Amino acid sequence: MDTKEYIESGILELYVYGLLSEAENIEVSTMAKNHPEINDEIIAIEKGIVALSSSFSPFHSVANFEKIKAKLELKHSGVIEMKPKNWSNYMGWAAAVVLLIGIGFQYQKLGQTNDQIVSIGNEKEKITKELNFLDQKNKAVETSLAVIRDQKNTVVALSGQAVNPKSFAKVYWNKETKVVYVDAAGLPEPPKGMVYQVWALKLNPLTPTSIGLLANFDTNNQKIFAVQDTGNAEAFGITLEPAGGSLSPTMEKLYTLGKV
Amino acid sequence: MFATTKKENMTQDELLVLIHQKDEKAFTYLYDMYSKSLFSVINVLVKNREEAEDVLQEVFVKIWKNIDSYNESKGRFYTWILNIARNTSIDKLRSKNFNDSQKNLSSDNFVHLLDDSNKMVNKIDTIGIQEFIKKLKPKCIQIIDLLFFKGYTQQEASEELAIPLGTVKTQNRNCINDLRLYLKL
Repeated sequence: MDTKEYIESGILELYVYGLLSEAENIEVSTMAKNHPEINDEIIAIEKGIVALSSSFSPFHSVANFEKIKAKLELKHSGVIEMKPKNWSNYMGWAAAVVLLIGIGFQYQKLGQTNDQIVSIGNEKEKITKELNFLDQKNKAVETSLAVIRDQKNTVVALSGQAVNPKSFAKVYWNKETKVVYVDAAGLPEPPKGMVYQVWALKLNPLTPTSIGLLANFDTNNQKIFAVQDTGNAEAFGITLEPAGGSLSPTMEKLYTLGKV
Repeated sequence: MFATTKKENMTQDELLVLIHQKDEKAFTYLYDMYSKSLFSVINVLVKNREEAEDVLQEVFVKIWKNIDSYNESKGRFYTWILNIARNTSIDKLRSKNFNDSQKNLSSDNFVHLLDDSNKMVNKIDTIGIQEFIKKLKPKCIQIIDLLFFKGYTQQEASEELAIPLGTVKTQNRNCINDLRLYLKL
């Protein structure tokens, strides 16, 4: 059959209206399947009549739609216009995510800040220790300076001897306070197990008297050592002796010597 | 212009796929696409607005529950649900023991629904329709009313309109062509 003629007969409208017999319905349905132009025609007719009838629809409430869904036990409570709702839902989630990230970030920040506080605390302790150390050092230097500057001092310069001609030392002897200091900055560091020993000497006859050891030579930064009172010394000498010192000086290891 | 749904571009096939997947959103699409059309048909048949709403509920429950009995080879999905709407409306009328349902049916046509203009879904649609209805031949209103809205057979329509049986189909076709021209379909 000519499809155009078939279309013009008006049977397709009645097909959409639902007015044909079962046999006719199957016939049109088959025709539509085999001829796309017939199928397109049917769809256009349907759109037309659906649009026309929809425009005459009296108002019916959204509640009606919800009632039907309730009857069908459709839990999904979607209203016809769902997009704004979805959008606000997503906004809610987005806000929650942003908030969560924010909290996470702040928490991390807090952790970092706490770490910083701890490390600053450690630093402060370290600096305080250093300050105390410097303070002590400073006091020691001041003391040394005060001792050396005392006008009542008799200063005896000891010069280097054969063992080590470059070495030198000074003895600050306060005859009023009977305090004797040795400035040993010009002596090399003693080898392990050895110690410098300071001697007060009488020249005629030559009588050495030990007045002390320069103990802890390496840790004494000022190299200023307090030693014992000398009595009436005429000269001072410094020898290198085994640890603990000797009863009499080892003259081969006489580093410095000087007359009063 | 005419009342159209947002899902107007969804085809019958796409909708059926969703419905068969038991996708709950499919029900919303189904309702969006066809509830207005069916409600106007129901209102032409059942003149009481409250009863019409009850019928509409019943119709959609039937559609959803009997979807598996729809057979594509026997007709359009829209035609299937249109018949459910008509039959449910007629059952409603019968259960209410209307004495002369036939007379009741033919007393006024679908254009009558426009009287309730303040209750129309969309006033812009109403204006569009009113303009179109003015242009539409009175014969067309009658024939669309009888065949589409009231489900008259060709025989019944030819008797009602006093026109030869053979011209019912073609006259209706000409009227639908006018409508499609107006809608640019």
